[in-house]
Amino acid sequence: MISSLNISVEAGEILAVVGASGSGKSLLAHAILGILPSNAKVSGTIKFNGEILTSARQEALRGREIALVPQSVNYLDPLMRVGKQVRTSVKKGNEAKAQREVFERYRLKSDVDKMYPFQLSGGMARRTLLSTAMVSGARVIIADEPTPGLDPAVINEALNHFRDVADNGNAVMLITHDIESALKIADKIAVLYAGSTVEVAPANNFTGNGEKLRHPYSKGLWRALPQNEFIPIPGSQPHPSTLPSGCLFEPRCVKATLECTKAQPVMRELRNGIVRCIHAT
Amino acid sequence: MTKVDKNFYIKLGKFFLLKSFRIATLLFAICIISFLLIKNSPIDPIQAYIGADMLTVGPEQRERIAEYWGLNLPVMVQFWNWLSALLTGDLGTSMIYRSPVSEIISERFIHSLVLMIAAWLLSGIFGFAMGVIAAMKKDTWIDKIIVWYCYTLASTPTFWVGLLMLIIFAVWLGWFPIGLSVPVGSLAEDVSIADRLRHLILPAVTLSIVGVANVALHTRQKMIDVLASDYVLFAKARGERGFVLFWRHGLRNIALPAVTLQFAAFSELFGGAVLAEQVFSYPGLGQATVEAGLRGDVPLLLGLVIFSTIFIFAGNLIADLIYYVVDPRTREGWRI
Ligand SMILES: Nc1ncnc2c1ncn2[C@@H]1O[C@H](COP(=O)(O)OP(=O)(O)OP(=O)(O)O)[C@@H](O)[C@H]1O
Ligand code: SF4
Ligand SMILES: [Mg+2]
Repeated sequence: MISSLNISVEAGEILAVVGASGSGKSLLAHAILGILPSNAKVSGTIKFNGEILTSARQEALRGREIALVPQSVNYLDPLMRVGKQVRTSVKKGNEAKAQREVFERYRLKSDVDKMYPFQLSGGMARRTLLSTAMVSGARVIIADEPTPGLDPAVINEALNHFRDVADNGNAVMLITHDIESALKIADKIAVLYAGSTVEVAPANNFTGNGEKLRHPYSKGLWRALPQNEFIPIPGSQPHPSTLPSGCLFEPRCVKATLECTKAQPVMRELRNGIVRCIHAT
Repeated sequence: MTKVDKNFYIKLGKFFLLKSFRIATLLFAICIISFLLIKNSPIDPIQAYIGADMLTVGPEQRERIAEYWGLNLPVMVQFWNWLSALLTGDLGTSMIYRSPVSEIISERFIHSLVLMIAAWLLSGIFGFAMGVIAAMKKDTWIDKIIVWYCYTLASTPTFWVGLLMLIIFAVWLGWFPIGLSVPVGSLAEDVSIADRLRHLILPAVTLSIVGVANVALHTRQKMIDVLASDYVLFAKARGERGFVLFWRHGLRNIALPAVTLQFAAFSELFGGAVLAEQVFSYPGLGQATVEAGLRGDVPLLLGLVIFSTIFIFAGNLIADLIYYVVDPRTREGWRI
């Protein structure tokens, strides 16, 4: 179950989504596209250009207006040549030309076109996955961890590409563990905890010791980075089946009070961002 | 254009070498076992040879026949004689048909082959389609009916289905002839292809009705796995759905296992043919096998055992080969 999403991505923007492994980042991406398994329950709102997405609209939009860069190589059809998988993602214009150009941009040799997924290295497969979204001409790109295993030059190429896409009036949602690279290009950062969004903050709030951040979890996550204090938050994220009834972060929160255990805090606006914490200032 | 590494041909050569060795050892083992089994069975080859004339044949004549066929020699010597004849391509002479075993087998095989190919294609195509439909409509009533049908049929004896078909379509409705591969009493050259087809339909349909279960259930499971896979999820994320989705990603990933399974099912096909041919008095290999067994025709029985071993082995070989050559993961797997 994904609860209390409250996510909106505007044209011209890059929204980075961060959060611990298992916090539901991939599920969030799948929820936006409407490709969650049928037994999944989603609550909250997902907005596309300010409008709420219904499942009928999702079906009409995916692949055309909203494109996904999936997290792993398993998302490529094992029996189809990768060039073809990229070409079938092209929705308008010349398929072969678009595929050649994007391969060139990501430094994939022309013979990669004829390869099967099992013949690709991890990095080549990731660049292929990126290519499928880039050729789609979609106005929203959701990239689920697109960069691990790539060398720095290609990471920069991909990040710049995302920035270009956003600057051309599109929206990008970048799901990542790598807060540092995300900060280079993102406008806003959403922090996920145990399946719900706890804070959405402008990227420039992630500085110093996290004084400008609103939620105790975001601050903790920021301080836990190696380049900052490198102090992990004690305890671990609750399992989706045993969520606390009050604030989901309450068992690990140093600022917790009795009031925090009563109900899940609602999302509220605070200093040009939004936060789900009753004590945030 | 597919680039194929030369390593592939080396591997393929090794593959064939290994397979040849396998079939050679398998055949040798089968020969010994079946020879010994038959020698130790209550079959009296002399009686089989003489048949109903038994009473008019005295002990002396029996002795001479036994000597003529070499039946007094030690078992291992008999085996050796038979095996060396076999290696020169001589399968011996059938005692009940009084003609060379190889001739009987090849003539019967043509009849059976037509029947088996028809049944094989029908069950393959329908089984595959049923599996795909069941998986696409999983948990609906269509799926439930298909699965129920497959499990019921998988536990129904072929001869029983055959009898049922005969009663309904040949006896009650009279749409099809009751048996044989040609109309009774007509000369071989007068038999038209239409006649042959009419005689073929009931046994072929019987074999297929039973044969679809395996392919259908297997294809259904495979298709369910494919539909739940990440690459189908991603294809949906790219806006594919319905038939395009099935054509691009479903078919591609389930066709190969299904075709392979069909080739590997040659043994069941052969076993089914034996029973169906008996029920429909269809003069194929199956019927010859039953006759040879019941009337103690040792050379014919041994010839049939060897032939069916080769036939089933060929099916498995083709199945392996398809995986080897068609699946890109093995075909182009040595390039990196
Ligand atoms: N809110 C939730 N409700 C139910 N299950 C959840 C929830 N969040 C996570 N899970 C479970 O955890 C698993 C991992 O979730 P998901 O793949 O979205 O995590 P992630 O944040 O993408 O992690 P990673 O960084 O490792 O990719 C899911 O398959 C799901 O079973
Ligand atoms: S609501 Fe309470 S427990 Fe939850 S994060 Fe804020 S202070 Fe901590
Ligand atoms: Mg993930």
